[in-house]
Amino acid sequence: MNSIIQLAWLVPVFPLIGFIINGLGRKNLNKTISGGIASMMVLGSFIISALLFAQVTHHQTANIHLFNFIQTKGLKIAFDFKIDQLSSLFLMIITGVGFLIHVYSTSYMHDEDNKDFAKYFAYLNLFVFSMLLLVMGSNFVIMFIGWEGVGLCSYLLIGYWYRNTDYTNAAKKAFIMNRIGDLGFLLAVFWLLAKVGTIEYDQVFTAASLAKLSAADITGITLLMFVGATGKSAQIPLYTWLPDAMAGPTPVSALIHAATMVTAGIYMISRSNALFSLAHTTQNVILVIGLATALLAASIAIKQNDIKKVLAYSTVSQLGFMFIALGTGNYVAAVFHVLTHAFFKALMFLGSGSVIHAMGGEQDIRKMGGLHKHMKITSITFLIGCLAIAGIPGFSGFFSKDEILAGAFAHNPVIFGATLFAALLTAFYMFRLYIITFTGSFRGTHDQKHHLHESPKAMTLPLIILAILSIIGGYVGVPEALGGHHQLAEFLSPVVGHSSHELSHNTEYMLMGISSVLVLISILFAWIRFKNYRVEGQATGLSKWLENKWYVDELYDMVIVKPLKSISSFLNNVIESKVVDGTVNGVGRFVNYSSRQLRWLQSGQVGAYVLLMVIGMIILFFIQFFL
Amino acid sequence: MGTYITFPDLLIWLPILAGVFCFVAGTEKNARTIALGFSLLVLGVAVTSLFFKEEGRYLNYNNVNYIWLKYIGANYFIGLDGLGRMLTLLTAIGFPLVFVATAKAEVKNSKSFYGLMMLTQAGLMGVFMALDALTFYFFWELALIPVYFLSSIWGGEKRIQATFKFFVYTFTGSLLMLIGIIYVYLHTGAHTYEDGTVTMHSFALSAFYNVQLSASEQNWLFILFFIAFAIKMPIFPFHTWQPDAYDQAPTSVTMVLSGIMVKMGLFGVIRWLLPVFPMAAVHFKNVVIILSIIGVVYASCVAMVQDNIKRLVAYSSIAHIGLMCAAIFAMNQVSIQGVMIQMFNHGINIIGMWIVVEVIERKTGIKKISELSGIANTMPTLTIFMVIVALANIALPLTNSFTGEFMMFSGLYHYNRWFAAIAGLGIILAAVYTLNMIQKVFYGSANAVTGELKDIEWTEKLSLLVVVVLIFAIGVYPQPLIDLTQSAVNNLLVRI
Amino acid sequence: MDIKAYIILSMVLFTIGVVGVLVRRNAIIIFMCVELMLNAVNLLLVAFSKMHALEAAAQASPNLASDAQIFVFFIMVVAAAEVSVGLAIIVMMYRNVHTVDVNFLNRLKN
Repeated sequence: MNSIIQLAWLVPVFPLIGFIINGLGRKNLNKTISGGIASMMVLGSFIISALLFAQVTHHQTANIHLFNFIQTKGLKIAFDFKIDQLSSLFLMIITGVGFLIHVYSTSYMHDEDNKDFAKYFAYLNLFVFSMLLLVMGSNFVIMFIGWEGVGLCSYLLIGYWYRNTDYTNAAKKAFIMNRIGDLGFLLAVFWLLAKVGTIEYDQVFTAASLAKLSAADITGITLLMFVGATGKSAQIPLYTWLPDAMAGPTPVSALIHAATMVTAGIYMISRSNALFSLAHTTQNVILVIGLATALLAASIAIKQNDIKKVLAYSTVSQLGFMFIALGTGNYVAAVFHVLTHAFFKALMFLGSGSVIHAMGGEQDIRKMGGLHKHMKITSITFLIGCLAIAGIPGFSGFFSKDEILAGAFAHNPVIFGATLFAALLTAFYMFRLYIITFTGSFRGTHDQKHHLHESPKAMTLPLIILAILSIIGGYVGVPEALGGHHQLAEFLSPVVGHSSHELSHNTEYMLMGISSVLVLISILFAWIRFKNYRVEGQATGLSKWLENKWYVDELYDMVIVKPLKSISSFLNNVIESKVVDGTVNGVGRFVNYSSRQLRWLQSGQVGAYVLLMVIGMIILFFIQFFL
Repeated sequence: MGTYITFPDLLIWLPILAGVFCFVAGTEKNARTIALGFSLLVLGVAVTSLFFKEEGRYLNYNNVNYIWLKYIGANYFIGLDGLGRMLTLLTAIGFPLVFVATAKAEVKNSKSFYGLMMLTQAGLMGVFMALDALTFYFFWELALIPVYFLSSIWGGEKRIQATFKFFVYTFTGSLLMLIGIIYVYLHTGAHTYEDGTVTMHSFALSAFYNVQLSASEQNWLFILFFIAFAIKMPIFPFHTWQPDAYDQAPTSVTMVLSGIMVKMGLFGVIRWLLPVFPMAAVHFKNVVIILSIIGVVYASCVAMVQDNIKRLVAYSSIAHIGLMCAAIFAMNQVSIQGVMIQMFNHGINIIGMWIVVEVIERKTGIKKISELSGIANTMPTLTIFMVIVALANIALPLTNSFTGEFMMFSGLYHYNRWFAAIAGLGIILAAVYTLNMIQKVFYGSANAVTGELKDIEWTEKLSLLVVVVLIFAIGVYPQPLIDLTQSAVNNLLVRI
Repeated sequence: MDIKAYIILSMVLFTIGVVGVLVRRNAIIIFMCVELMLNAVNLLLVAFSKMHALEAAAQASPNLASDAQIFVFFIMVVAAAEVSVGLAIIVMMYRNVHTVDVNFLNRLKN
């Protein structure tokens, strides 16, 4: 059965074919065909991924050599794929969630023109292709190819409605911020090339474990990689693009900006755990950044009124949780949370899409309310998502978040406290969102109220599937304290090793108890606070800061964007035109000027010429005899 | 040697012949047909020559050596090696591409126009193949002079000023180089011809390679040559002719200038500067790299605030060339090979970029970014092509530039990590100005002018399609280009 | 006679010639002044020739003794040719512009 693994190259090829067909045929395909092709291609990838996954569970992993991308003296980069536990798990998430979102999109995007519809699916397929490259590559360059590829698709899809300048601004911002991170990643790759001479995962990790890299090298490399991860996974300081990225169509937010692309940073770090485990400075940096991001984003999410913005900040915050796990060396927990988060966050985004669809494009939760009566499936599935993300026992989020918390506790109780606080904020803002949106009475216009309806099957079906996954998804990682085996940890152990923290079962029970109780209290608090929600007036004090996202965008604008612009203008208007060009033109002007002055000597009077001649002769005479 | 009709002969004489035919062509339309036909023929020759690259077997097909000025030891000595082959291929692809892309543009007095264009091609071909210093200088000037006429006759409003600046700049450089060539020539050893004639000195490349010069001589000769090449590339602070020239020259000439002609400078550095003055090259390499990197960041910054789309592309080109120059002077296998393949890729990309700019300017008469908007609404095909070319321009993976830039950065990093990191800022800034431009010109809603546009014609589609196919083909599988330049890099590294 | 007398006379003549050329505007006078300078040189050449004649004879190279004098004849011939051409130009000038004032002829400027 090795042949299945050898067919792994088909996984990314399917969506690539879909991209090409939809891209070239966008003028001639109708919606059923283009949507169908795109979805089928991803389904095909999913099926092969599932087969691969089955193989990998039997401990069959493989490197598949396709061709040499770059080969010259001193540099060899192979276009190889690596199928192992980690990549096959990500393949399942990407193609599985990806397929559901493709199906959902066929309905959600149905109001678009044929041409734009096909364009949308072409981009979506291209995204899946790039993301698959990212996780399947067997070296850092292939990962980088996918890494930039997903950034590109994110750019294209955020700016999908290209007539709106705000949207294209958001797209541009996303791309540029990602590029900043990408530069870090790229420099890490060069560093590896310079020190180890190869960028193949296996060889790099072997070299690291054999202490061929100095501690400074490893710290530098991992820090630069982490810079890349902060860009792609929206961590401080490069997170501000993600909330803006909500300008894209909602399924895109679900797929790219919640379930898959933004977890690339986590994938990268878990993949390179052999390096990161050796770099304690980097781990501490990751921990601090992750924690800060989790808290900051959660605090902002409390005061946002755009349904997608809340989810976006929630995503940033949840990614922060994953980085906390990575920072504590708890790679399994991070990957586990990627998995469960992919389910419940995709679910909630798609749910919000369903709401927006029903509201005719309205995204402001202050104008919603009482939607439960009108769209039961959406409401219930959304509730399941909220319960999962809040970490209510029994739902998937509980297990993964608990594991992160346990790891944090083992690392340092203070970190645990802060992380727990972020988790409480999470429960609070998610239920604020749910309560304001789905309960109470409707606050929108009359037209909107008449228009309210449950979404079609193509949209609700993915919701239901994701809701089920959000519940059961956690049971792959039931901790031993609860009598489970933690199959996920077992499964991933060949790649990431065994989890480090050693807590007694009693401590774990205590932690679970504390967090569960506090989360429930937090939800209760949200219920009391928002059950009779009325639109509030102008915010003041802290809430104004929160509403304005701590003014981080304004800060960046003031500290980076504006100075850069004025420096550039200065270079253009002063240095370029006055100094550099001025010097050049100055030389020309000097020659011109002096010629014009010398022209007066040419009077045309023969006498004058003779006089000059005589003067010249006299001067020569003097030079000859007296000097 | 010289008993066959060889590839170098064909590559030089076909364009010259075509140029002469164009001048005497009966009608204006004939001239275009002749130029296009001959340039395709040249392309055919260039492609065919790729299959005859085995040094040992096909030596006689690839080298020509005629006696030119016997009494001073100058020969008409031209030949193809890996690097030359790649650049002649670029030249051969570039010209038909330009002709097809601008086929819909009106050209007054097109007989002379196409005649001069073909002469330019001959000059470029000669530069990339010359194995004799005087031949090299001859073709170097031959490539310059037609361009002078082309842009001063067919250019924009301020063409005279811009062309004059361009000409004075490059000509100053050329003369400095000529002084250098003569000095080196006077220090070469004796050369014996087959019939027994002995000359005191020789202009042959091999003689130049073997010349013995003291360190201080090398240093000032290096400066003479480097200024000539730096102006041509151009490197900060010798670059100010370029935005003006690109802006004012007719766009088809700009394509040739930016796509192919600036490679003359890089080529000169690789073929002449480094191997002839290796000690000086090592002595000056940090200076050159720092200048180049300043150029990268500086030009990127300036590009960000340009409102003229042509000047924006010009500054973008300066930034990219700066990176290539820095990578050459990092002087290791990977970086130099990266430069070589990037020379080809940059040529393709920037020609694609100009094709789009030319279409926009021709159809709207506008080149101000602030006055354009929403072209994607009315010209979706053009937009798709432009986005692809722009992404190639910012070196996105799986487009052609990625491989080149990756190798250049890798080599540069190997030499000095801080240089690579600072030059890396150029990657970010490139994304900023390129995406800004795309957003402002193509996205948004159409305005009064852009709302009336019709999408591109088949000629433009065809030429852009060729560009895009090359972008992806080389981007996904760059190995052929790498193999092609392998021996050239090895030969170079032996000398320095 | 002492050679100094010849030199001084020659210098005076030459200076008169130069000053004449510089300050006078009448073409014929300028012409005469040019002749004066030529003859000043001639005088000097002859005087030096006489002075060096004995020395040359002592070195047994009689050719040297007469070289300068022969040179003077050359100059006189050239001067004669110059006079014919120059006078012709002045005549033509007078015919065309009815003046022999050289300042009137400043068309070189344009």
